[in-house]
Amino acid sequence: MISQLTGTERVLAALTFLLLVLFGMAMAVAGRDDLIGPHGWIIALSGMAGIIALLRAYGAPEPSPSRLSEYYDDPSKAGIVLTLIWGVVGMLIGVWVAALLAWPELTFDTEWASFGRLRPVHTSGVIFGFGGNALIATSLHVLQRTTRARLPDQFSPWFVLFGYNLFCVLAASGYLMGITQSKEYAEPEWYADIFLVIVWVVYFSIYIRTLMRRNEPHIYVANWYYMAFILVIALLHIVNNLVVPVSLGHAKSYSLFSGVQDAMTQWWYGHNAVAFFLTAGFLGMMYYYLPKRAGRPIYSYRMSIISFWGITFMYMWAGSHHLHYTALPHWVQTLGMVFSVVLLVPSWASAGNALLTLNGAWHKVRDDAVLRFMMLAAIFYGLTTFEGSFLAIRAVNSLSHYTDWTVGHVHAGALGWVALISYGSLYALTPWLWKRPALYSARLVEWHFWLALAGTVIYVFAMWNSGIIQGLMWRTYNDSGTLNYSFVDSLVAMHPYYIARAFGGLLFLIGAVIALYNIAMTIREPRPVATESASDIPLVGQPASAVQAGE
Amino acid sequence: MIDHETLTHIAKSFGLFYLIAMSIGVLIYAFWPGNKHRFERAANTVVSDEEDRPCP
Repeated sequence: MISQLTGTERVLAALTFLLLVLFGMAMAVAGRDDLIGPHGWIIALSGMAGIIALLRAYGAPEPSPSRLSEYYDDPSKAGIVLTLIWGVVGMLIGVWVAALLAWPELTFDTEWASFGRLRPVHTSGVIFGFGGNALIATSLHVLQRTTRARLPDQFSPWFVLFGYNLFCVLAASGYLMGITQSKEYAEPEWYADIFLVIVWVVYFSIYIRTLMRRNEPHIYVANWYYMAFILVIALLHIVNNLVVPVSLGHAKSYSLFSGVQDAMTQWWYGHNAVAFFLTAGFLGMMYYYLPKRAGRPIYSYRMSIISFWGITFMYMWAGSHHLHYTALPHWVQTLGMVFSVVLLVPSWASAGNALLTLNGAWHKVRDDAVLRFMMLAAIFYGLTTFEGSFLAIRAVNSLSHYTDWTVGHVHAGALGWVALISYGSLYALTPWLWKRPALYSARLVEWHFWLALAGTVIYVFAMWNSGIIQGLMWRTYNDSGTLNYSFVDSLVAMHPYYIARAFGGLLFLIGAVIALYNIAMTIREPRPVATESASDIPLVGQPASAVQAGE
Repeated sequence: MIDHETLTHIAKSFGLFYLIAMSIGVLIYAFWPGNKHRFERAANTVVSDEEDRPCP
């Protein structure tokens, strides 16, 4: 990929790698007695790897000007592969922590294998590793196609992709060592957070610079969702990570906020991470790939605009429903509850818009498992947003809060919506980008589809059962007015459901492995492009570029 | 210094109306007759096959 950079961009890359080495070494030296030290080494080594790559490509000719008449898709291609790898890793750890809940002795008496350290590896691995890479890869593709403009340069997309993945590696390795700032979905410490801000600003600048050069007068709605995702995540990330480190040589930091303000800031962040990372970004994906795959324009473009503004502005106020029955002022809890309930309107408008787009193309849904992935994702999106509004009601929350019902709700969204729309989009995108006539195996997509559906349903039903039983056991009183069940009693009652949940997760993981295999084989297989499937393929008339002689 | 009263006051006055005003603005934009053509074009361009190269 270095040979694709122009001379100036190679200098920029060299400077970036030197800075990484410099900062990494400084962290390693200043933090030699602290956990920040190993992270300094990781940063320095990644900078050195970059320098070696640069030197190996030294003297390579500059890319030809003809590149400017093509889209720049190589960062998206790398992003797809990274997405699938993070998916397998994150879901594998997920099955592991699910098994830990059923069989707690699986830690082998090691610190790093304890539940508290592995769980954030799972959550960050799937949300940021899998979901984030899927968003970066697809957003760069959608952005170029809908604006009919090439990315502004060759360096910044690679910086965003690799910088973001370096952040993910710092996060996951930090958790295993015991680094955490104990804020859910915001566990990485201050230095990783600052690095992510730099990456994120460059990401947003790619968007703005491409939009400024766009050749379509109207900015397609998918871009609005992607931009809301980038912009709001920056805002949330910065505010929630306002901390003071113990010293520049220490990983540990202390939050600028205290008490209930800290809790409110965290859940303003936490719920909007769901809203803008796991919803807005993936809605952008849906609004492009679902119509594209179905071959039908979105049912109502107006409705997509109205639901966009509804979703972006109302989600901002919903975070306090995570803090019902706490020290948070009552009116703030009520505010969060009301906005959560009203949010059902734009959420169902989006889900309905997607399903109505398919109305008239149901035969395609039946025959094409890729499109079926997207359809099922829209259904789960509708189900999960309904459940979310319902759980946010204070009276319902009194039963559900702190129980597995919440976990089931999150996974209905994460597996049923986020993962299915991502896999559907990646399955559609891979043959287009690699200029293949079709995926390696349509049968394997079918297998993945049914494994994913079965896994999600088993998971969610197990957690509904265990969550409601848990909630009821915790609020059952006996004749003398004391609690009827001890906490351990409820734990014993959970055991069969925890085993079922681990099994459901395992099915989903097998599907993720199949997806990785299927897409890897699609990439490796040098099949010629058939002209009749030209609608899937960008470069009509140049099939030779897909197959080199002797390959 | 921002205190509880100030925040509740803002929420009960300004906060009560700005989202309603914004909703009306969005509805006007979405249903403005002049925008109909732009929206239809945007929705249809996505599914067309002629978007696989950037404009020169």
